[in-house]
Amino acid sequence: MRQDSLLSILNLRTRFRIYEGVVTAVDGVSLDVFRGETLGVVGESGCGKSVTALSILRLLASPPAEIQGEILFDGKNLLSMSLDEIRQIRGNSISMIFQEPMTSLNPVLTIGEQISEAIKLHQGVTRQEAWSKAVEMLRIVQIPSPDIRAREYPHKLSGGMRQRAMIAMALSCHPRLLLADEPTTALDVTIQAQIVELMERLKEEIRTSIVLITHNLGLIAEMAKRVVVMYMGKVVEEALVEDLFLEPLHPYTHGLLESIPWIGRKMKTGRKQLQEIPGMVPSLLEIPEGCRFHPRCSRLIDICRKEEPPLVQKDGRRVLCWLWK
Amino acid sequence: MHETLQTQVIRNPHRQADSQLRRRWAKLRRNKAALFGGVLILIYLIIALLAPILFPGNPSAPNLMKSLERPSLEHPLGTDELGRSILGRIIYGSRVSLLIAIGVVCVGLFVGVPLGLISGYYGGKVDFGIQRATDTLLAFPGFLLALALVAVLGVGLKNTIISVGISMVPIYIRLVRGCTLSVKEQTYVEAARAMGTRDVTILIRHILPNVMAPITIQTSLGMGTAILFAAGLGFLGLGVQPPTPEWGAMLGSGRAYLFNSPHVATFPGIAIFFAVLGFNLSGDGLRDILDPRFKL
Amino acid sequence: MFQYILKRLLSTLPVLLGISLLLFFMLRMLPGDPAQVLAGQMASQEDIKNIRQQLGLDKPIFVQYGIFLSRLAKLDLGRSARTQNPVIKEVWARLPNTMLLAVAAITLACLFGIPAGIISAVRPYTWIDYLFTSMALFGISMPVFWLGLMLVVIFSIILQWLPAGGTGSWKHIVLPSFTLAAFVVAFITRITRASMIETLSQDYTTTARSKGLKERVVIIKHALKNALIPIITVVGLQFGLLLGGAVLTETVFAWPGLGRLIVDSILARDYPVIQGTILIFGLLYILVNLVVDLLYAYIDPRIRYA
Repeated sequence: MRQDSLLSILNLRTRFRIYEGVVTAVDGVSLDVFRGETLGVVGESGCGKSVTALSILRLLASPPAEIQGEILFDGKNLLSMSLDEIRQIRGNSISMIFQEPMTSLNPVLTIGEQISEAIKLHQGVTRQEAWSKAVEMLRIVQIPSPDIRAREYPHKLSGGMRQRAMIAMALSCHPRLLLADEPTTALDVTIQAQIVELMERLKEEIRTSIVLITHNLGLIAEMAKRVVVMYMGKVVEEALVEDLFLEPLHPYTHGLLESIPWIGRKMKTGRKQLQEIPGMVPSLLEIPEGCRFHPRCSRLIDICRKEEPPLVQKDGRRVLCWLWK
Repeated sequence: MHETLQTQVIRNPHRQADSQLRRRWAKLRRNKAALFGGVLILIYLIIALLAPILFPGNPSAPNLMKSLERPSLEHPLGTDELGRSILGRIIYGSRVSLLIAIGVVCVGLFVGVPLGLISGYYGGKVDFGIQRATDTLLAFPGFLLALALVAVLGVGLKNTIISVGISMVPIYIRLVRGCTLSVKEQTYVEAARAMGTRDVTILIRHILPNVMAPITIQTSLGMGTAILFAAGLGFLGLGVQPPTPEWGAMLGSGRAYLFNSPHVATFPGIAIFFAVLGFNLSGDGLRDILDPRFKL
Repeated sequence: MFQYILKRLLSTLPVLLGISLLLFFMLRMLPGDPAQVLAGQMASQEDIKNIRQQLGLDKPIFVQYGIFLSRLAKLDLGRSARTQNPVIKEVWARLPNTMLLAVAAITLACLFGIPAGIISAVRPYTWIDYLFTSMALFGISMPVFWLGLMLVVIFSIILQWLPAGGTGSWKHIVLPSFTLAAFVVAFITRITRASMIETLSQDYTTTARSKGLKERVVIIKHALKNALIPIITVVGLQFGLLLGGAVLTETVFAWPGLGRLIVDSILARDYPVIQGTILIFGLLYILVNLVVDLLYAYIDPRIRYA
C-alpha cells in the first residue's frame, strides 16, 4: 500500500453460493485508488467489476454473498467494520452512482427528499437545512430551476436530468471516493458528454477520487488516469491509460481495443475492419483450466492451458499473462 | 405500471445470481409442496373410487339408536345426529366434492375459455360486450355470485355445479383474453393469418396451446375454490341437499350440536381443508413450473 | 386530480348498467309470473295486481326496463315479501353491521398480514418465512365457516371467554372479525411478501442502502412505499372476497348483517330483498374500487400526474 492510496483492495474474493454451486465473481482482486485520481475499471459484463464496487460498500445481499480479503479505506478495513460503522461511510465518505438513473431513483419519493435524506443523516442538520442543501446540489449539477425540480418525482425528469440528480445525491456529502458504475451507459450520446463534463468539473471542485466502472473504453480514455482491466473476476492488466492504449500487453486488452470503432484511427493502424474477440465468456461455474482467457486467446502458448499465469510487473504495469514472463 | 418498471431493470450480475438462487430454491421447495398436494389429491381420488370397499353399507341410512356418538372403534369419527357414521359420510362425500370440483371447472372452461379467446382475438364490439359483462360479474364476490345464481336456479347438486361454475367464468375469460391478446401479436400467428388460415384453426392450433399453462394453473386452483364454494353453499343449506353426504352440509347440520358433540362439525371441515390444500399446493407448484412470470 | 376522479367515476357507469341488467333479468329468469314471484306466496290478488302495475308488466320489455331503472335511481326496490317493509329500509338497517365486521376484519388482516409479509420478504427461506407462508396457505385452504365453528368451540364453549354469536358488546365482534380476517390475511401476506421481495431487489433499494440509511428506513420508506401499490390492489380485491366470506361468517355467528339477510331471503324466496342485497353488494364493490384507485393516486406520483 502506497502512502497516497485512499482505497486499497487486497486479494478481494466475492463468492455467491447458488443452486448449481459456488460462483466466484471476484477472484483475488487487488488494486489501489490514489487520492484525487480517477481509476478506470473496464471489462465485459459479468467480469466482476460491478460486484467489486458493491463489495466495497458491502451492498451485496449478505447470506448468499461471501466476501473475503481486505478493503482498506483510509487504512481502515471496511470488511471488518460493524454494520453501523459501514453505514457511516456509505453515502458519506464513499458514495455510488449507478447505471440506470431510471431505476436507481425511488419513483415514489421526490428528488429533493432522496437527496436531502442522506444530507440529514450524515451532516446532522435539520430537515429544512438538508432540503436547501439538496436544492443547492441540484443547482451545482446544473439542473434548471432546482427548487421546483426538488419537489418533483423522478418520472418527471429526463434520463440525463435523473443522472444529474443521482450525481447530486452521490456528491451531496462531499465523498472522498465516488464509485461510478456505468454512469453514462444508459444515456444518449450527447447527454453522455454532458455528464462526463459535469463529473470532471465536480471532481476538481470536491476533490474526490473516482472509480469509474465501465465497458466503454472511450469513456476511460476521457476520464481516467490509470486503468484496470478485468476478466472473469481477475485483474488481467493494470496500466496508465496512455500506455494501455498505445501498447496493450494482455491479449484480452488487445482484443478489447480492437473491437471498438475509433473514428480517424482506422488508417493509421491499417485495420481493415473491427475485430472481435472470438468465443463467449465462459460461465463462472466452468472456469477453464490454466489461464481463464485461453479458450479465446489468439496468442495462446502451451502453458496457458495448464497453469494459471503469474502476475508480471513490467515498467510499473501489471499483467496477468504468460507471454510477459 | 409495475411490470413496465420490472422489464426496464438491467440487473446487476450479483443480483442475477441472487435471484436465480432464490428461484431454484423456491422451485425445489415448492415442488416438494406441489408433490404433497398431488399426493393429497390422489388420496382423495382413491378414497372416492374405492368408497364402497372402504365403507360397505349405505352412508345415508339413519340409525337413531346410535345418534351423536363420540369417536369409537366402530365409528372412528363418531356418528351424526341421525346415527350415521361420519367417516362413512366423509368417504362418500369425497365423491360429491370431487364431482362438484370437476363439474364446476368444466363449466368454467367450456364457457369461459371460448369467450376469452373470442374476446381477445376478435376485439372490437364483441370484445367490448364480453368485457363489460365480465366487469359486471366481477363486481360481485365470487361466492355471492354463486349465491345469487342459486337464488334463481334453486338448490341441489346440479344447480350447485352450474352456479359455482358460472361464478368462475369471468376469471377464465379475463385470463384467456389477456393471454390471447399477447399471443395474437406474435409473428407466427400473423403469418398464419396472412396465409389465409381459418380463424377457428388459428384459435385452436396456435393460440390455445399458448394459453394452456395459465389455464392449467387456474384449473387446479379453481377446483380448490369450487370445493370451498360448494361446501359454503351446503353449509348454508343452499347447496347439495340431505341425505346426500356433502361435507359442507354435514358441517352445517353439525353446527346445532356444537356444544355437546363438536366432532360432528369438526371432521368434515378437516376433510374440506385437506382437499382444498391439495389443489392449492399443486396449483402453486404448477405455476412455478409452467409459468415463471406469474407471481403471487 | 379532479379529472382523474371524474374519469374514474364515469368508468363505473357500464358496471352500474350491467348490475341493473343483471337484477332485471334475474327476476325474469325465474319460472312464473314476476309479479307473483316478487309478492311472495302469501300475497293477495290485490297485491299482485298492484305490483304488476308498478312494474309495468303489461308493457313491452324495454319499457319495463325503463321503469325498473327509474325506480332503481330512486332506490325503490319494492317491499319485502316477508316483512312488507321497503327493501331499502331492510338493507339499510343491516349495512352498518356488515361494514363494521368487514372493516374490523380487513384492519386485523392488514395489521397481521403486512408485517408478516414484510418479515417473510426480508428473511426469505428462513423458518419464520416458512411459518408465515404456510400459515397463509392454510388460511387460503380453510373453509371460513369451519374456522368460525372451531373458534366457537374453543373460545365460547371450552374457555367461555367470548360469546358464540349475536351482537351487543365489543366482545361479540372478536370472533367473527378474526374468522373473516383469517380468510383474507393469507392473500395480504402473500402479496406483501411477493411485492416486497420485488421492491427489495430493485436498484433504488441498493441506492438507498448506498446512502447509508438504516435497514429499517430502507425497508419501510423505500421498499414498502413502492410495494404498497400491489398490496392496496389486493386489499381492495379482498374486500370483495371478504363480503362473500361475510355471508358465511354472519351465518355462523348469527351476526345481523347483509350476508345473513341474503341467505334468509333466499331460503324464504323473498326476491325483492335478494335483489336489494345484491345491488348493495355491487355498489359496495364499486365504491371500494374507487377508493383503491384514489389511494393509488395518493401513493404513486406517476398515476397522480398521468
